[in-house]
Amino acid sequence: MNKISINKLAAAAVFTLVSSGSSALTQEQQGLQISQQVKQHDTGWTDSSADMLMILHNAQGQKSIRELKIKTIEQLEDGDKSLTTFNKPRDVKGTAFLSFSHPVEADDQWLYLPALKRVKRISSRNKSGPFMGSQFAFEDLSSFEIEKYSYKYLGDQAVNGLDSFMVEQYPADPHSGYTRRIVWVDKEAYRIQKIDFYDRKNTLLKTLTYTGYQQYLNQYWRADTMNMVNHQNGKSTELKWKNYVFKSGLKDGDFNKNALKRVR
Amino acid sequence: MWFKWSLLTTSLLLSSTVICAEFEANAKVGADSRYFFEQGQYPEQLENTQPGFYAQAEIYYAWNNSSDSITFIPYYRYDNQDAERTHGDIRELSYIHVSEDWELRAGIRRVFWGVTEFQHLVDVINQTDAVEDIDGEDKLGQLMLNLSTVNDWGIVDYYLLPGFRERTFAGQNGRLRGPAAVDTNNAVYESSAGKQHVDLAVRWSHSIGDFDLGSYWFHGTNREPLLQQSTQEPISLIPYYEQMDQLGIDIQATSGGWLWKFESIYRDTSNDNFAAAQAGFEYTSVGILDSDADLGWLMEYAWDSRGQASESSRGADLQNDLFVGSRIALNDVQSSELLIGFRTDMEHHSNTFLIEANRRFGDNYKVSFDLRLFDSNQPQDFVSMLNNDDHIQLSVERYF
Repeated sequence: MNKISINKLAAAAVFTLVSSGSSALTQEQQGLQISQQVKQHDTGWTDSSADMLMILHNAQGQKSIRELKIKTIEQLEDGDKSLTTFNKPRDVKGTAFLSFSHPVEADDQWLYLPALKRVKRISSRNKSGPFMGSQFAFEDLSSFEIEKYSYKYLGDQAVNGLDSFMVEQYPADPHSGYTRRIVWVDKEAYRIQKIDFYDRKNTLLKTLTYTGYQQYLNQYWRADTMNMVNHQNGKSTELKWKNYVFKSGLKDGDFNKNALKRVR
Repeated sequence: MWFKWSLLTTSLLLSSTVICAEFEANAKVGADSRYFFEQGQYPEQLENTQPGFYAQAEIYYAWNNSSDSITFIPYYRYDNQDAERTHGDIRELSYIHVSEDWELRAGIRRVFWGVTEFQHLVDVINQTDAVEDIDGEDKLGQLMLNLSTVNDWGIVDYYLLPGFRERTFAGQNGRLRGPAAVDTNNAVYESSAGKQHVDLAVRWSHSIGDFDLGSYWFHGTNREPLLQQSTQEPISLIPYYEQMDQLGIDIQATSGGWLWKFESIYRDTSNDNFAAAQAGFEYTSVGILDSDADLGWLMEYAWDSRGQASESSRGADLQNDLFVGSRIALNDVQSSELLIGFRTDMEHHSNTFLIEANRRFGDNYKVSFDLRLFDSNQPQDFVSMLNNDDHIQLSVERYF
């Protein structure tokens, strides 16, 4: 609790600096500060769970569905822990994925395969690969940590009708599939409104837009819909979130190998 | 009685409004067929095609905010050719209670231990449903009481295993068997308690940084029977189940794209005591050739202190064997996957080769294709019994 309130004070100080547009700051420092604000505005939710519906569209207009449930527990000293359960497609029903993310080192990940009752520790090297055949890469769905990028503030622009900061982010991980991302963050509540992803050849690859933001516990904002469009292959993936619950009292014990084997 | 029931229903009705209860049911049905390229080596074996179908359901009910749950998984296979392969099994019928740092699991369950891919040495709790497939990955449900405690220094599982399950074997008409069929109706036990012997096991497992570690001790009936020739006509093989004590260890180190794997057991029976190990690696390159596909390389080595079989000793099947394989995952919408594997005995002529490929069609169908080839000219080697059993298998599964 103490740590959170101290962080909040620090955040308030940073906020004053950014909003007063202090010209003494470099673009890099401004970019970092805006990103710290984004993280700060989304800290203290303790735990969350939600249902995710993933709709994959190919260039011919065919659809394919995935259904997942994601539980996350916030770690203030480290990256978050999450447990993902697959419900659809039906042949992978019961498969579950446990991830302990870390800001700098590789994440620890385990996969549970229900047909064999087997828990398998897997390599987390695959950041750039597609998640379940979708247009989301694994790294697009991992928790946002300040240390994962370096930053540059590019200017202001209106997105989704909201005045926003434009911040360029450069992944620290050499295994990232991107050279950079441009993130639009609204000034009103520091919510991510849009992200452009540039591939390893520095060509625009994908655009992710966030719509239908809802506020939970009078504090934390979550988008109902996230739409990822791939400009190079014409495919897109829509994420629809439902049944968000925060601070439901999840414990570390809900994120271990025993939980992985029985989670639904 | 009536009073009790109505009380129970009332409390269930009441509680369902307060406490979140969950019910889930799903199923799969499949049809498959093996096609053997050659006639069988032994009389009475089926000719070339072996079609069948199978079904599995799963019913799950949870209450008390998922602190209590029941899972029921019945399985049935019908085989058109081999009566022994037509069989049903309760894969699971168990109750789980979860508390903050322990959980209790009671009933028929399946448990997997281990890290390697080509052989599952340390995996000992469940009996192999060998008639289902020869890869040792299909298991029969085992009755158990399992207490699992979660500690800072790892998870400890205690098992009490009443009711032994006998291994299934291909019948008189079946393929993928030795010169004589196994007479599963007349199994013999070392223990005077026979199938009623209560087995015990305790296992510790933990993750420390890049390492996943496990170690256990098992005391009870050996899941692998010795096959002894019957003295009466017609000649058959009688399974003999010994008592054993087994120590096992499994380690995986995960670093970058590398998975380093090691499994080892020490088994002590009244006939024999030996050590065996399986060790190797799996390396995956992601996004090969600018595509979304992953390409994995696998290599494992098997060692057994009993050495190779000879006229004077039974030896071990996998005593100095090398396995290499490759796995390709396209990471496409259909989750297309291909696994190729090759095993060779480094002491004598004995090889096996396999291909496993599968892909989803639409939302609810999955199609798998398998190829298996066997080759050995050593009469003592287990593969020599399968020399004529090269086959392909095609299966189609529908999920509900």
